[in-house]
Amino acid sequence: MTTASADAPGHDDDHGHGHDHPKHLAHHFDTLEQQFGSSKLGMWAFLLTEVLFFSGLFVAYATLRANNSEVFSYASSFLDTKWGAINTVVLLISSFTAAMSVRNAQLGETSKLKRNLIITLICAGGFMGIKYVEYSHKWHAGLLPPGLENSMFNPETPWIPEAGHHDTDYLNLQRDTMDMAPAERVHFMTTLGRFFGVYFFLTGLHGVHVLIGMGVISWLILRTSRGEFGPDNFTAVDLVALYWHLVDLVWIFLFPLLYLIA
Amino acid sequence: MTAHAHDSHDDHHGLGHILPVKLLAGVLAALLFLTVLTVITGSTYLYGFDLGIAMVIATVKATLVCVIFMHLKWDKGFHAFAFLGSVLFVGVFLAYTLTDTKQYQGDVRSFGDDVSLNSPFAQPLPDPHPSTHDHEDENAEH
Repeated sequence: MTTASADAPGHDDDHGHGHDHPKHLAHHFDTLEQQFGSSKLGMWAFLLTEVLFFSGLFVAYATLRANNSEVFSYASSFLDTKWGAINTVVLLISSFTAAMSVRNAQLGETSKLKRNLIITLICAGGFMGIKYVEYSHKWHAGLLPPGLENSMFNPETPWIPEAGHHDTDYLNLQRDTMDMAPAERVHFMTTLGRFFGVYFFLTGLHGVHVLIGMGVISWLILRTSRGEFGPDNFTAVDLVALYWHLVDLVWIFLFPLLYLIA
Repeated sequence: MTAHAHDSHDDHHGLGHILPVKLLAGVLAALLFLTVLTVITGSTYLYGFDLGIAMVIATVKATLVCVIFMHLKWDKGFHAFAFLGSVLFVGVFLAYTLTDTKQYQGDVRSFGDDVSLNSPFAQPLPDPHPSTHDHEDENAEH
C-alpha cells in the first residue's frame, strides 16, 4: 500500500516528462490527434444541435410568412436595410479574423493571434451596438411583440404614441390600414405583431449567442496574453472559431429573410 | 528520449490543416461581394423569384463559411456528414410543417374572422395622443 502510494507521484512525474507525453495531452487520451478529434467531434455535435435549436424559430418564421407573405413584405419596411447590411459586413469580417486567429494559433504567432481576436471582439461589440440602436428605435416606436404593454400590436389595449414623439411608424401604419375592411385590418395588425414576435425572438436568440461569443473570445484573449496557445495547443481557439462561424451562418440567413423581403 | 520527443513532435503535424491567408481573404472578398449582390437583388423586383434568389445567395455564402472557414473541406468527413444530416432534418421539419399549415389555413382564417370584430383593430387606428411635450400649443388651443 505504502509503496504503491509512494510510487504514484513518481509515476506521474515519469508520465509527464519521461515518456513522450506532450504537455497538453490529457491522461485519458493516447495521442494529441485523438484528443483533438474528440474535441472537434464534441463541438460539431454541439453545432448541429444549435442548427436544430434555431430551426424552430426559422420554421415559425416560414410558416407565418408562407400564409401572410404580403404582410411580411410590408413588415420588412420597418427594418432598416442599411443597419442590417452593415451588421452583415461586420459579422463577416469578424468571421474572417476568427479564421485568421486559428491560423495564427496553429503557427504560434501569439501577437497576431491576440490582434485578430481583439478585432473579432470589437466587431462583435459593434454588432451588438448596432442591434441596440435598432432595438431602441423599435422600443420607442412601439414595434414590439403583441404581448408587451407598449406594443402597438397589443390585442387588448394597443399602445398609441404621443403626437410628434416617435410616431412616424404609427402614422404610416394608420394611413396604410385606414381603408381596410375590419376583419382585414385585424388580420393585418395581428400578423404584423407576430412578425415582430418572430423578429425579436430570432435576432434576440442570435444576439445572446453573440454575447456568449464575446465572453469566450475574451477568455481566449486572456489565455493568449498568458502565452498558452501554440502549434501544440490551439483546440480552444479552433472550437471558439467554429462557434463564431455558426453565429455568422445564422445571420447570413436572418439578414435576407428579415430585412430584404420587400 | 530525443527519438521519443521527435516522435511526439511528428504527431502534432496531423492536428489541423493550416489555411493560407490568400484563401481566407479570398473567401472574405467573395462573402462581401455576395452581400452587396443580395442587397441589390433584394431591392429590385424580380418577378416573384426574390426569395429564391436571396436564399440561393445565402446558401452559397453559408457553404463558403462551412467549407473554408470551418475547415470542413480538410476535416473528417463524418463532421460534414453529421452537420449536413442536421440541415437535412431541418428541411424535413420545414417541409412537413409548411404542407400542414397550407392545408389548414382556410379553417384558421374563417375562425379568425368570427372573433376578429371584438379586436380594437376592427376600428381604424386612432390618432396619436395629444402631445404633453409642448404645453404652449395646448394653452394656445384653450
